[in-house]
Amino acid sequence: MSTVFIAFQTNEDTRPIVESILADNPHAVLDEQPAMVKINAEGQLVIKRESIEERIGRSFDLQELQINLITLSGNIDEDDDQFTLAWKN
Amino acid sequence: MQIDLRTVAIKPLRHTFDHLVERFGDKSASRYQEGSYNIQQEHIFHYRPTWDADRVLFDKKRTKIQMKDWYALKDPRQYYYGAYTIARARQQEAAESSFEMIEDRGLAELIPAELKQIALDVLVPMRHVEWGGNMGNSYITAYGYGTVITQPCLYHAMDHLGVAQYLTRIGLVLDGPDALDAAKEAWMSGAAWQPMRHHVENLLVLDDWFEIFVAQNLVLEGLLNPMLYDYLDADFSAKGGTAISMMTRFMAEWSAETAKWIDAQIKTAAAESPENKEQLSAWVKHYRSATREALAPIAQRAFGDKADDVLADLVSEFNARCAKLGLAV
Amino acid sequence: MDMKANKKKLGLKEKYAHMTRGLDWETTYQPMDKVFPQATFEGIKIHDWEKWEDPFRLTMDAYWKYQAEKERKLYAVLDAFAQNNGHLGITDARYLNAVKLFLTGISPLEYVAHRGFAAAGRNFPGVGPRVACLMQSIDEIRHAQTQIHALSNYNKFYEGFHAGAAHQIERIWYLSVPKSFFDDAFSAGPFEWMIAIGFSFEYVLTNLLFVPFMSGAAYNGDMATVTFGFSAQSDEARHMTLGLECIKFMLEQDPDNLPIVQKWIDKWAWRGIRVLTLVGMMMDYMLPKRVMSWKEAWEIYFEQNGGALFNDLAKYGIKVPDCITQCTVDKEHISHQAWCTFYQYAHASAFHTWLPNAEEMDWLSAKYPNTFDKYYRPRYEQWREMADKGERFYNNTLPMLCQVCQIPMVFTEPDDPTKICYRESDYQGEKYHTCSDGCKHIFDDEPEKYIQAWLPVHQIYMGNCWPEGTDPTAEGFDPMAKVLEWYHIENGKDNLDYEGSGDQANFAAWRGAATQNT
Repeated sequence: MSTVFIAFQTNEDTRPIVESILADNPHAVLDEQPAMVKINAEGQLVIKRESIEERIGRSFDLQELQINLITLSGNIDEDDDQFTLAWKN
Repeated sequence: MQIDLRTVAIKPLRHTFDHLVERFGDKSASRYQEGSYNIQQEHIFHYRPTWDADRVLFDKKRTKIQMKDWYALKDPRQYYYGAYTIARARQQEAAESSFEMIEDRGLAELIPAELKQIALDVLVPMRHVEWGGNMGNSYITAYGYGTVITQPCLYHAMDHLGVAQYLTRIGLVLDGPDALDAAKEAWMSGAAWQPMRHHVENLLVLDDWFEIFVAQNLVLEGLLNPMLYDYLDADFSAKGGTAISMMTRFMAEWSAETAKWIDAQIKTAAAESPENKEQLSAWVKHYRSATREALAPIAQRAFGDKADDVLADLVSEFNARCAKLGLAV
Repeated sequence: MDMKANKKKLGLKEKYAHMTRGLDWETTYQPMDKVFPQATFEGIKIHDWEKWEDPFRLTMDAYWKYQAEKERKLYAVLDAFAQNNGHLGITDARYLNAVKLFLTGISPLEYVAHRGFAAAGRNFPGVGPRVACLMQSIDEIRHAQTQIHALSNYNKFYEGFHAGAAHQIERIWYLSVPKSFFDDAFSAGPFEWMIAIGFSFEYVLTNLLFVPFMSGAAYNGDMATVTFGFSAQSDEARHMTLGLECIKFMLEQDPDNLPIVQKWIDKWAWRGIRVLTLVGMMMDYMLPKRVMSWKEAWEIYFEQNGGALFNDLAKYGIKVPDCITQCTVDKEHISHQAWCTFYQYAHASAFHTWLPNAEEMDWLSAKYPNTFDKYYRPRYEQWREMADKGERFYNNTLPMLCQVCQIPMVFTEPDDPTKICYRESDYQGEKYHTCSDGCKHIFDDEPEKYIQAWLPVHQIYMGNCWPEGTDPTAEGFDPMAKVLEWYHIENGKDNLDYEGSGDQANFAAWRGAATQNT
């Protein structure tokens, strides 16, 4: 298994996003760096629109992730409900 | 560390970068100037392009038009990336609320059938013409010379993609995905669209990037955009098709705005030398008649027996515009 | 309301497919190979452009909306930074030398990327990759401009920025390293461009460039750089994905593409890693507060992350580039070898240099236990001694450059870190020198290309690097002074040691004025 990761700028917009990723991916590991928060996970990482919406109390378009995204690694699959990063091997 | 700022007034060592000081004097430069002037490399290139071995990567010789200073072709809107995206974001927000209102309230159902059909037949296939506009302008961005003109051409290319997508959305609103298939069919084999497709394909094989600028941005858009977003739009509004006008508002504003930028380029290039003026005028004459022929059957569909009058008006307005730019057409 | 229920709302994938796919068509009035003249000459075979998978499905309206939001945020920070003398909040003005290297060495590459992706966005016959390339093209001009705008404020108060983002990259010796890399890629065809920049640079190496640079900026209080850097990175995720999709697409389309793609990966991995020497040096030597060593960054972002990537590509038959064996040795050396070079040539550089202090040398010893004390500390100690005696060492002989990567010949043999590595090739009766097996291999594969290289040192000796109208026969002619003038390096202000520089004095005075009531 290989590690996938995603990193965001550390700010008020990304706090609920990071929280929901950690809640939805119990195997994910948080790595806090200067001005940046990185989440590493073995194999795959799923970001769910609903989980974020629960935390922010409004509707959320997964494309909004792009505003604060810093980097990622893995193959991407995105639809209206979830954004998945995975290494399939 | 907290700094008490009130006590500090630091005199800067300089106001801006060397090349801007040379060009405009030692004063603060605008973001447009800092982000546009002389940021393209000019003199030294390591390897000849494999795809154009007789020239260097950025080469002044890829067009017949010649300028002493290519940075004379500045954008009157002073668009750098931030200014451009913020302007378009504002416009797209307005467009989005129009589309949402039309979709949510089912306003498309209220459009008279005849007008709806004109929109489907005339506007929706234009998405392919816009795609051609995207290709021409991305070519200029890649192979043109001097950031003040290559940069807005990329914005223009992206705008063409945006317009193609708004036209697509009009098709989806009016008749769902079938509208797109019907438009593609018309584009590929419908008799009314073949002259236009032929013309657009001719523009896709031009080498001279300034010729593309003239053929596409000045002439084709100069005749097509007023036809659609001025004349045809007036018809839609007058006959109960306001919902269609709401969906083309972005394009109407955009074509008025970009025409001013295009005018500034042509005017400056024509004023540079008699040779430029002659070349630009020759291109305009050539592409004006080609465009008019390509538009004729589409105008016929849009305006019926008024088509010839509309085209005659469009051409005479276009000629007046060219005369103001200093062209002999 | 009935209407709404009747019309099924289109999903993201479906909507995006309608919005882009089908915009293009098979031309019939003009032949396709005239409309797309660059589509086949590199030998890559594509049978069905429709098989292209769009990774990010951004329509233009969404693009404008999200990008404008990023821009508003970014410029708000830059305005505040300028208004509040944010430059006085950095750890030390010495730090800015890393930023000077960024403005003169990286920002111009963003610009060339913008033009190159516009070309790719015109030249591929498929609508999917074309749209993605055009979005990258417009993002890249964003990056060039936001960098210039962010650093413009430093230019007002510090030396070494005034030449801007394009003048020096065409001329200065060490900047020909990144420049020739991008010139090389742009002068190749669109498919090689995608492997060079889209895949090797953006996917494999960009994390090594941006994440350490920006974390370094954050550590050193440089909010202007952090802001443009992270804001640019948010586009980078799209670019990386484009690079990865592109390589997978090429490999899936035809088995004959594999050897071509593999050759390009090998070439561009090595070319890119050579360029990153400058980043390694920046991380290990130029940050007053350091984030991690070059070696650590290499291990995380290349060995670990790149390893995952190459595992994923193994199913297509792609192998990890051969040069990795040498990189594993090099990671312990290159940053030190590069800084030693810049220290010796500080008179011909557009930024200041210095010797690492005792605390910094201890950090380097800890991070490089196998190499630093053994090979590099003694050199710095000797130079320190000489400097203390007033004999600061400058090397006045211009170095020989590698014909391919254009870095001075300072790297050592893989099995002997005390011996400079030279390789030699013969081509059409001339000898050409390269710095490594990797660069020699690249030269030998395309000698007709690399013999064209505009090598800055050769050009100086040929008399091509003086301002127009220079008379080399005039009395008292000083060739190096004229070269610096041509470079737009102000001798005594932009170059030489940080210790005793105008930057150092001004920063101390301004910060003093800001923190004391005098």
